[in-house]
Amino acid sequence: MTNAIEVREIVKRFGNFTAVDGVSFAVEEGEIFGLLGPNGAGKSTLIRMLVTLLPPTAGTALVSGFNVVTQADQVRRAIGVIPQAMTSDLELSVEENLIIYAKLYGVPRDTRTRLIHELLESVELLQWKDKQVKHLSGGMRRRVEIARGLVHEPRVFFLDEPTTGLDPVSRTAVWEMLQRIKSQRKLTILITTHYMDEADRLCDRIAIVDHGKLVALDSPLTLKASIPVTNVLEASFAAPPSDWDARLRQLPGVDQVVRHENVFRLSSGNGPATTLAMMEAAAAAHVTVTSLSVQSTTLDDVFVHYTGRALRDTLQEASVTDSPFMIRRR
Amino acid sequence: MSRMWAIVEREMRRFRRSPILIVVSMVFPLVQLIVLGYAFGGNVKHLKLAIVDQDHSLPAVRVRELAQAVSAGAHTLDLIDYADEGQAVTDLRNGRINGVLTIPPDFSRRVLRKDAPNVALIADNTDNVVSAAMAASLTSMLAAYGAPPTMVRRPAAAALDIVEVYPYIPYIQYLLPGSIVMSIFMMVMIGGGIIFIDDKARGLHEGYLVTPITKLELIAGFNVSGTIKAVLAGFVIMLIGSLIAGVPNPFDGFRIMRLAVVIVITAFALISMMFLLMVRVSDPLMPRAIFGVLNTVLYFPSGAVYPQQGFPAWMQAIAVVDPFTYAVHAFKSLLLKNTGFDAISGDLLYLFVFSTVAMTAATLLFKRTL
Ligand SMILES: Nc1ncnc2c1ncn2[C@@H]1O[C@H](COP(=O)(O)OP(=O)(O)O)[C@@H](O)[C@H]1O
Ligand SMILES: [Mg+2]
Repeated sequence: MTNAIEVREIVKRFGNFTAVDGVSFAVEEGEIFGLLGPNGAGKSTLIRMLVTLLPPTAGTALVSGFNVVTQADQVRRAIGVIPQAMTSDLELSVEENLIIYAKLYGVPRDTRTRLIHELLESVELLQWKDKQVKHLSGGMRRRVEIARGLVHEPRVFFLDEPTTGLDPVSRTAVWEMLQRIKSQRKLTILITTHYMDEADRLCDRIAIVDHGKLVALDSPLTLKASIPVTNVLEASFAAPPSDWDARLRQLPGVDQVVRHENVFRLSSGNGPATTLAMMEAAAAAHVTVTSLSVQSTTLDDVFVHYTGRALRDTLQEASVTDSPFMIRRR
Repeated sequence: MSRMWAIVEREMRRFRRSPILIVVSMVFPLVQLIVLGYAFGGNVKHLKLAIVDQDHSLPAVRVRELAQAVSAGAHTLDLIDYADEGQAVTDLRNGRINGVLTIPPDFSRRVLRKDAPNVALIADNTDNVVSAAMAASLTSMLAAYGAPPTMVRRPAAAALDIVEVYPYIPYIQYLLPGSIVMSIFMMVMIGGGIIFIDDKARGLHEGYLVTPITKLELIAGFNVSGTIKAVLAGFVIMLIGSLIAGVPNPFDGFRIMRLAVVIVITAFALISMMFLLMVRVSDPLMPRAIFGVLNTVLYFPSGAVYPQQGFPAWMQAIAVVDPFTYAVHAFKSLLLKNTGFDAISGDLLYLFVFSTVAMTAATLLFKRTL
């Protein structure tokens, strides 16, 4: 199988600040590939180099077989791009937004009409096609842009944080639409996100990016399996004895026990063994288990493992800019 | 080039749907035209003129009759008799009256001998407009006098340079060419510069730059659409302004065609200048900040409100390179004097060269990447 995207040792410096630091990876045709990382990790910079918006300082990248520097025009014809900022024209209607872009891509008129109809159907905006974009919600605007990015039938589709700032329902809708569109046409998708659940649900493979470096790359399942297991058990008991937390600490696999009144939180290197032993201990001591949940490894744990800090903490660090003059999406 | 038209189409559709933009860029020049035109250009009336008749003969009475006729007819003057010139000058200094006309004791003798008879106008030169208007009206009045006596103007206050404001065409007509250029400039600023930088800051240009559009198509798209908007603004103000200012025969077809040529080249020159200034700017505050300064620096030295002959050397130097100067001159020739192209060929040439230089420089500076 040929690669839709091939990135080799790509570097981007702004002055003496290195935003992307020697990243290499390849995306196969038909994949949904995720770049996961906190604000300021260099995701947008990386994507901007791949879509010919920024010249790399060093290294090369091929998109759809074309070099992003020397064959920029061929690359542009092969790709669809949804930039991080909302870039649809507020004063224009949904359909006009698509028409203008179809013209910018030189799509012939009859193809254009058919494609726009199909795309608006896919993103469920057909009945809104004559509405001005300024009257639409954020999620709907995002869907306009998704349709717009596909109006010339690109082979590779780049989306930079397509769901940031959207409410949970709209986010799920965007994921479903991307999956549906993907199933209907030959398309490779590269998406950046700082949402773990998004990467987990949507992507075939994920590259974790931090401080401009690629720190891990694999499928979500493999990534989760690749790190030492840490399961979290949360159990509550009716009237546990006073030394109950000490007894729980003796169970196999348990590293730590934290107690909040009758709720106990156990970290364990072996979830199944700890769970079984805890249920037996409770039965033997005639303590009733009122609730129990076992949490398996999440991408959060993967992130902590590879970067040494939790993603939600790094999100608090304000990145200087996404682009020095970018107005952040609401 | 079809990609360029996609950009133009987008800009024009947005333009049609933002009426506020259209209104603002047209209302401001019109308001300025009307307010400035009437504030400065109205015929000055009911000026209080003291008459000190030291002669009391028949020829002197004739002068007073003529003055009374002006007073009764055009209401430019209200006459007040003074016996004492000293008292009249004191009242002039205090601002109770606007001028003193003295008929000297030897007036009738000189009239009879045809020996250069004189009357004297003592005017308050701290108010140029009033003293000039009074002098003008008295001069024309004396022309009606059989053997015109000459009038000597004596400044009442300390010596001040006298600058004549053109009182001969209505000032509002004098202002109109500048207002047309101003409306073109406003649209270039708002519809060109500010929207361009705001779009850039919102990341809209990223959307364009990832399509296969070429650098030249992009530049042409931005500038053609900007020029179209500015031409529309200029045309509307030219027509409405001509009606308001009372330009004779405002819908003369040939003149409108000539005016259209000047409007188009002016719009293109100003768009080119704006594009050159904005091509590397990304901060949305920038065009707003330079808007006012640029407006002042270009509009006032251009001769739009005041003749350039009255300017100090440094301002005349600005005027030489200021594209407004040439546009204003061209509009003035066409609107006020109804000349043909030969009178404005120098203006057109300058605007053309200016546009070419600015647009070439901007194209070289324009980056196809972020
Ligand atoms: N044009 C630029 N000039 C200088 N620094 C930049 C520029 N663009 C991005 N950066 C910096 O590069 C780093 C990575 O930014 P970015 O790629 O936008 O991160 P992400 O998209 O992962 O949030 C940030 O620290 C940002 O401040
Ligand atoms: Mg980003």
